[in-house]
This record gives sequence, C-alpha cells and structure tokens, in this order.
Amino acid sequence: MRLPVVKNQESVHSSASSCGDGCTCSGGANPYTGSTRPGMTRRSFLRRGAAVTGGLAALAASLSPLRDLDGDDIPSVQKFLQKHYKEMSGEEMEEALARIRKEVEKRYDVRPDIRDFKPMDGVEFVYGLNLSRCIGCRKCVHACVAENNQSRDPEIQYIRVLEMPRGSVDIEDGDHSYDRATVPDENHYYMPIQCHQCANPPCVKVCPVEATWQEDDGITVIDYDWCIGCRYCEAACPYWARRFNFAKPTLPKADLNPNMAYLSNRPREKGVMEKCHFCLQRTRQGRLPACLEVCPTGARKFGNILDPQSEVSQILKTKRVFVLKADVGTLPRFFYYFDERDPISDIPLEASSEHAGESA
Amino acid sequence: MKDYLIFLWRCARLSFRGNWKYYTWMFILTAIALLGLNAYTKQLVAGLVTTGMTDQVSWGLYIANFTYLVGVAAAAVMLVIPVYIYKNRELHDLVILGELLAVAAIIMCLLFVTVDLGRPDRFIHLLLRFNFPISMLTWDVLVLNGYLVLNLHICGYLIYCAYHKRQPSKIFYIPFVFLAIGWAITIHTVTAFLYSGLGGRPFWNSAVIAPRFIASAFAAGPAIIILTLQIIRHATQYPVADAALHLLRRIVTVALSINMFLLGSEVFTEFYTGSAHSVSARYLFVGLHGHHALVPWIWSAIFLNTGALFVLLTPLSRRLWILNLACAAMIVGIWIEKGMGLIVPAFIPSPLGEIVEYTPTANEILVCLGIWAFGLLLYTIFVRITVPVLQGHLTADSDSTDIPQQVDAS
Repeated sequence: MRLPVVKNQESVHSSASSCGDGCTCSGGANPYTGSTRPGMTRRSFLRRGAAVTGGLAALAASLSPLRDLDGDDIPSVQKFLQKHYKEMSGEEMEEALARIRKEVEKRYDVRPDIRDFKPMDGVEFVYGLNLSRCIGCRKCVHACVAENNQSRDPEIQYIRVLEMPRGSVDIEDGDHSYDRATVPDENHYYMPIQCHQCANPPCVKVCPVEATWQEDDGITVIDYDWCIGCRYCEAACPYWARRFNFAKPTLPKADLNPNMAYLSNRPREKGVMEKCHFCLQRTRQGRLPACLEVCPTGARKFGNILDPQSEVSQILKTKRVFVLKADVGTLPRFFYYFDERDPISDIPLEASSEHAGESA
Repeated sequence: MKDYLIFLWRCARLSFRGNWKYYTWMFILTAIALLGLNAYTKQLVAGLVTTGMTDQVSWGLYIANFTYLVGVAAAAVMLVIPVYIYKNRELHDLVILGELLAVAAIIMCLLFVTVDLGRPDRFIHLLLRFNFPISMLTWDVLVLNGYLVLNLHICGYLIYCAYHKRQPSKIFYIPFVFLAIGWAITIHTVTAFLYSGLGGRPFWNSAVIAPRFIASAFAAGPAIIILTLQIIRHATQYPVADAALHLLRRIVTVALSINMFLLGSEVFTEFYTGSAHSVSARYLFVGLHGHHALVPWIWSAIFLNTGALFVLLTPLSRRLWILNLACAAMIVGIWIEKGMGLIVPAFIPSPLGEIVEYTPTANEILVCLGIWAFGLLLYTIFVRITVPVLQGHLTADSDSTDIPQQVDAS
C-alpha cells in the first residue's frame, strides 16, 4: 500500500542523478528547492535521501509485528497447493494425512491415528433429544470438547445448554449461564442445542469457496484447510452452531485425542470455522457420539433414520416431536421430544398452568 | 505502449509534487495508513481476537464500513445519469471526479473485506472453487471487481484521451458508461441481498433492505461528492459551478426523503407487529434486558438525518455553508444507520437469544482508519493527476515544468 510513495521517491532520486538531454524530469518544479535543471543541489539530494530513508523506516516499523508470526502460520508449499477435499485423489489424501500426522506429532508429541472416514451406504444420521430427561448437567458439552480436540483457551464448545422456564418453548427465555451445581431445578427444564445437521443448510449455501458441504449421511462438514474464514456461514446459521477460531487454538499435549478424522476432530488452525459433525470419527465406525455416551440420563438418542427398526425411527413414529425454528425451513436432523409422562416434574397441573400464564 | 508508460510515469511523478499543504495532507494520510497497516499486521499475527468480534457478533466494524463504502461507490451514478441520460451541462466536467471516487471507494471495500478474512492467505481458493451462483458473496466478488474494472476503464480512457488532446471515441466508452449505470445499482443490491437472504437473521430478512441501501447510498454518496467538489474547487483552479452543487442538493434531498420513509416503514412493521422477530430492532432502538449500547448511536443517526432532511427541504440549504453542514450530518448519520445500526444489531441477541454486545477494539478502529486514509490518499492522487490533464496543463507534448503548483486536500 505504502510502496508507491517510497518507490517513486527513489525513482525521482535516481532519475535526477542520471538526467540526460531531453529528459522531462526537472528540478524546475522541485517543491523542495526550486532548483533548476540539470541536476539537483547537494541539499535537495540529501533531503530526498532522508525522505526515502524515513519512508522506508516507517514502512518497516509498521510491518515489524510480522516478526512474531508463528512458523505454523506460514503455509508450506505442500499445504498451499493442497486441493479441495472433493478434488483430492486417494493418493493425494494419503499425502495430506501424512502431512497432518507429521504436524500433529511435532506439536503434540503423539502419533495420531488420522483417517478419512467416508459415509456408510444406506445411512442417514438423526439425533433425538429427550427434553423430559435432560437434567442440564452439561456433561455432553465437556465430553464433546475432550473428544473433538477443541481449543481449551479460549474454550470452544459446540453444545450450548439452555435452562428454560417451564411453560415456555421460546429460546429467548433461556438462561445460558445457569449454575450447574444446582441442576436440575424443578421450575426449569433443559434444552441442549448443537448443530442440527439441516437437510437444507443455509450455512452451506452461503460459503463462497465451498469449504463446507453436506455429506451423504447428512452430516455437514468443513474442510479446515479450505476455509477462508469469512464467517458468512456463522451469520447464516439460525442455531448458532458454528464457531470461529479467533485466536490460535490451544490444546495441552496430554489432552489430545489421537483418534481423528480429516473432516472432523483433527486439530484446527487460527482463522477457520469449526462445528459439530456428529463425531463422525466415531459414528462412521458404528460407535455413538461422545455427547450421547456421556449422558447420565439417556436423554440423547442417535441413529439411522433409513433403518425403520432404529430407535430414532421408533421415537419419530411414536413420540411428540418438534424441531427448533421450523419456520426457517432448514429441515433439521436434530429433533426434540418428550416422554408421554414427565418424570422430572412433580408440579401439579394447576401450578404449571399458572406459570404458563405468567410467562405468556 | 511506450507512450502509455511515459504517461503513467509522468502521472506518478506528478503525484509527488505539490505545495506544502499538499505535502502535509499526504504526510498525515500516509502516517495514518501506516498505523493501520501496523494494526493489521498485529491482527495477522494474533488472529481476529484483536477485534471486538465474537462468535455471537461475528461481523463488526469492517463489514459495516464495507457496506457503507459500496454505497458510496454506487452513488457515482448520480453524477453519471444526469450527464449521460439528461445531458446536463453543469455536471459534465465533474462526472469523472465522481467515477474516480467510485474507484477509490471500491478499493477500500475490497480492503475491508480482506482484513475481515480469517485466512487471507487462502484468497486463491476463491478462484479455484467459486460457489457461484449459490453464494451471494461470490456475486459480490464479481460485481465489485467488475465495477472497479468498468470505472477504471472509463476514467483511464477519458484521461488518457485528454492527455493526448484527442476527442474520445464514443464507441470506446459510452457503452461502458451505460453498463456502469446498471452495474452501480447491482453492486449495492447484491450487497443488500448478502444480508436479506439469511432466514436465520430476522432483522436482515426483509425485502426493504435493498431499496433502503440504494436510497441511503444515493443520499450519502452525493453528499460526499458535494463536499469533495468544493474542496477541489478551493484547492485547485478546477471550475465547479454552484449550479452543479445545487443539482446534487436536489438529488440528495429526494434520496434522503426516500431513505427516511423506508426506515420509517421498517420501524413501523417491527414495532407495531411486536412479534418475536423484532427483538433486534428493540435492542437497537430502545435496548433489551438492560443492554442498550447501540441506542445512543441510532438516535443520534436519526437526529442527524432528520435534521439534515429538514434543512434540505427548506430554502436555507441554498446557502452553501448550510448545505455543507447538512451533508456532513447525513454522511455521519447514514454511516451509523448502515454500519452500527444495520450490521451489528442483527447479531444481538444471538440466534439462541443470548445478548453479547459488541465494542470495537482500538486495534480494529486503527485498521479502519488506515483503510480510510489509504482510500483518501488514492483519491487525492487521482484528483492531483486528473485536474491538470483535463485542464490541458499535462499533455503528451507539454513539458511537465508547466504544471502549476496546485494542491488539493479532499
């Protein structure tokens, strides 16, 4: 940006010292000295020299913070030339995985088992959450962080649990920062929210470089090596499911989960988006998501909706089910449901209807 | 070709010559731009954590300035239309100054988008996998760069012809002028669609956003041009007729009236309906659950804009200094309305109802000031070159010593 200033002063300087006949450069209009052709005075020469030096010094000084640039921030040639996930051949993917393995080993002293898991045939994942059972303990939040190698400082969490007053399903009424020690509170119920893996995902639509897309099993993934960090997807998501690495992620060596996949929980870099991916490094091998495994009340159900015998299919057929913000047309693969009888609540019908009246 | 390079060379040299006022002005701008560059390098090293943005408010001052400047760029068309469609004479010699302003504004827009990226090093990915026509951002990339090229061509061609004392050949620029008229509308429409297309953000998800953008742009842009033209008139000997300023005054008045009307429609719909969708509007205008960081901003914007409109509608504004005051008020008023008043509140509360307020950091503000200074620097250089060329002081056969020592401080 500032270069023209300096460059041109230099050129003025050099042309002035080598002026020949017919040269249009002139000292006639020299603003500094008013000296005339052919040469410039010693004083003006020194002044220009000082101006050029000053300009260069100011430019250098303004660029000086770049000295602190991390070696990892400057992409290697291999990384710079790496193709988009969908364009990589099998060999190229192997090369990319080998590179990541090396980088992770260098940074965390652990040799990771990183693979590129593909969607399984005939599988479309959906997630059900039983609002009658969730007690708001936030164990899922922390299991997710541990499983998926999120940054610990600042901590990035994919799941947000809202403490909701009974009688309201308006998430505007939810409390985001309730005290975990006192749960479950009998006047509240708890609503965990994470990526809904929409069938019509607005985040995928808006990405200018196709760094995020929906896979055949319904999981919306991100190629962390392709994202340019414009955060348009974050603005587009109605469920606040996406997170941005505003700073370089920090993850203690001892906390690294070495079982990782290219599209899911491998360590991320500064300046890219990330989000819940239904633990695809687990679920594409037939295991359950970490948030489900840790849940002490069985409020979380996960499975294949294309299999009519699966638990989620049964729930969808038999329970009272709803999705968040159905009006925005995103067609979530994450739904909420209630047990026919509510085991947490001992509140008599009258009291709860009174409360509903208050909050309305 | 050689001749063209000599022309560029002489232009470049000319931009380093001027009197002490010119040098002071350029020195200050360069210093601010360098401070901005310094702040940006800090951001590059530490990440966007140096800004006030969060996962809740994920766009801030950068995108606000970007949006405003797209409008300024589009507003050049308010000089082009009177001249090329209605054959207005007063504005004829001033059109090019407006188009150059558009060039500088677009370059600033592109810089603002670039500093907002988390990974500017991957800019190349835009060329390799371009999500067109699905992503509105790709449309924006296309129309903004297209508009830049169009205006560079038109200005460059006309200036180069003047330099050679040649009559410009109509076929080489008239079709582009008309294309640019339509294009100017599209750049701002597409920028509005960027926001209004998001169903998850009810505050933006309104059909009136695009018309409002155009109206506010056609108010703020010509207001900037009114002030700029007077500065150019003062600093150089370039003739700017008062009649031209008054024509622009009328344009600004109409555009600002429409803008206020559209804003009023928006406010009515949000508040009368009182639906859950109006929480962001409530946060903006009256505050929400004890949070009201933006309330003073939006009310000062409304105060500035209605004040300006009142002055413009009365004969008072025929006096130039009063007109200038009104213009300054609405330039600031619309900047707030479109920046802090349109970008930020869409994120508050978050889609999950969480209220996290946004305050830009000093580093972020420095980056913005740096880009503004750089844009002004560019525009000053454009004017510095254009005025002597159009006045016939700098031509192919002239000796550069003839150029009067002019200054301009826009």
